[in-house]
Amino acid sequence: MGKRVLAIASGGGHFIQLMRLQPAWAGHQVSVATVDPSTRSLAGDVPFHTFRDVSRADWWRIPAAALDIARILIAVRPQVIITTGALPGLIAVALARPFGVKSLWVDSIANSEVLSGSGGQAGRVCSQVVTQWPHLADGRVEHWGSVL
Amino acid sequence: MNGVFVSVGSMMPFDRLTRAMDEWAAANPDVAVEIQIGKGAHEPRHARWVRKLPLADYQARVQGCALFVAHCGMGSIISAIEAGKPILMLPRLADQGEHNNDHQLATARNIGVRPGLHVAVDADDLKRRASALLADAGGAPAPISRFADPAFTARIRAFIES
Repeated sequence: MGKRVLAIASGGGHFIQLMRLQPAWAGHQVSVATVDPSTRSLAGDVPFHTFRDVSRADWWRIPAAALDIARILIAVRPQVIITTGALPGLIAVALARPFGVKSLWVDSIANSEVLSGSGGQAGRVCSQVVTQWPHLADGRVEHWGSVL
Repeated sequence: MNGVFVSVGSMMPFDRLTRAMDEWAAANPDVAVEIQIGKGAHEPRHARWVRKLPLADYQARVQGCALFVAHCGMGSIISAIEAGKPILMLPRLADQGEHNNDHQLATARNIGVRPGLHVAVDADDLKRRASALLADAGGAPAPISRFADPAFTARIRAFIES
């Protein structure tokens, strides 16, 4: 049956990048979560969840987003979380971490000169952080490749 | 293929891009211009506009337009490359309140140099380049496969299965 995987990202480029990683979890029990219901078609024939979006610019929406994401975590019970950001991905990882859920943060390819704000925080809560730019890799942040 | 499709991105307002392309639409009444203005406050008076299109409609616009103009965001860039469509971009700037940092300038420097990708430095430059690219769009972006490099996704698969 494979692992229960939650692939989660906010909208726009974060979600487009996540969907370019689909072969990574093919054959596993994946569920996909994002903010825009109209992007379901990109995710293929897998369980699809949406949550209310939040970013640092509208941080007061954190409780609503966290509530939605907690519900998704309860429904999916992931063993592994894969996220391309941004803040909602970080919230998912932080909520799941006490339950021993393994997590991978793929920092957006948009962060080509410094790691993203959430990516910097991700090192504290994610099992592994990867950058899509070789020159941003250091001891703990690894470079495995890029979506382009 | 006809017209100009403009997308400012969905996260924060980007009225500088909306205004510039609305002004361009006023100066070029023969060209159909449609702007996806996101959370912007400025509502175009010359171009057609929409807050946010469903993904399928957005993809159809990118595929069908003669010129795609956008912020310097990865969703727009990847959509343009996947559609094989040249893209003209204006980076969002933190000091204009258009984003929380200047990573779109970094994207312009590090990704905007690829063939088929064009970056404007300001609104006037954007309007000039829009006219020039509509007359001669130059080469399309190099095609890419639908998914990331297999070596990258294989590494992520190994992480999932470990």
